[in-house]
Amino acid sequence: MKFSLVSLISGLLFGAGLLLSGMANPAKVLGFLDLAGTWDPSLALVMGGAILVGLVAFSFAKKQTVSVLGFDMKLPKTTAINKRLIIGSIGFGVGWGLAGFCPGPALVAFGAGETKAIVFVAAMIAGIAAFQVVERKQRTG
Amino acid sequence: MINIDWSSFTPWTALSGGVLIGIAAAILIIFNGRIAGISGILAGLLVPQKKETLWRAAFILGIVATPFIWSSFATLPAIQIDAGYPVLIVAGLLVGIGTAYGSGCTSGHGVCGMSRLSLRSVVATISFMFAGFVTVYIVRHLIGA
Repeated sequence: MKFSLVSLISGLLFGAGLLLSGMANPAKVLGFLDLAGTWDPSLALVMGGAILVGLVAFSFAKKQTVSVLGFDMKLPKTTAINKRLIIGSIGFGVGWGLAGFCPGPALVAFGAGETKAIVFVAAMIAGIAAFQVVERKQRTG
Repeated sequence: MINIDWSSFTPWTALSGGVLIGIAAAILIIFNGRIAGISGILAGLLVPQKKETLWRAAFILGIVATPFIWSSFATLPAIQIDAGYPVLIVAGLLVGIGTAYGSGCTSGHGVCGMSRLSLRSVVATISFMFAGFVTVYIVRHLIGA
């Protein structure tokens, strides 16, 4: 119960941060990604502000084996820098540059009832699902 | 030469929104021991695991519900989507497949991974940022020119 309540609060704050920062507005995101046009550097500050807080939080979390509420501390263990990571990230970046949406902001715009965001989110979920189906098939041979 | 668009530059809302995102990620890791990686949380919901489904659903619900709660106190900030439907579908598929294949997005690699000082996430972030810059350059200045 506490576990889900904390998640809900985190999700609400995350969404509020995306809205306040302008990250949930694709036109603003594309203004940031357009280095050769008139560049809007705002979103560099979003990343900067988030990492500033994140650095403190994660340096604390790294030293713990359980969370404050007693749940297991699930920090990613993978450190591999491989083709999957780079090709996947590039594919994501191309999609991000085409629409101006990454997953979080797309969900916020979806929640705002924007028809275009609903279509984007449906395609995004279809993409994740398609990937999972292919992976499962490969694993089972 | 970079030409800065000062009229669109919103340093204070950007910075405070960023801090809010950082606080959200901090709450999730410190209290729940979980990473606020949105693409990963969404992917995890598609293959439900015992004890890992409810928190994920609650987190996603929180993000989706934000505009509703926001608009009952203040005017919702502009959400301007210029891309047409075919582009949105292709982009959505690329974002879905890409984040699943590369194990993360702007939140998981960009915010949480960079905050953990993970070299893997730094490489992922540089990759998608670079791809984003190049894509917008091609669309706006090569094709659109």
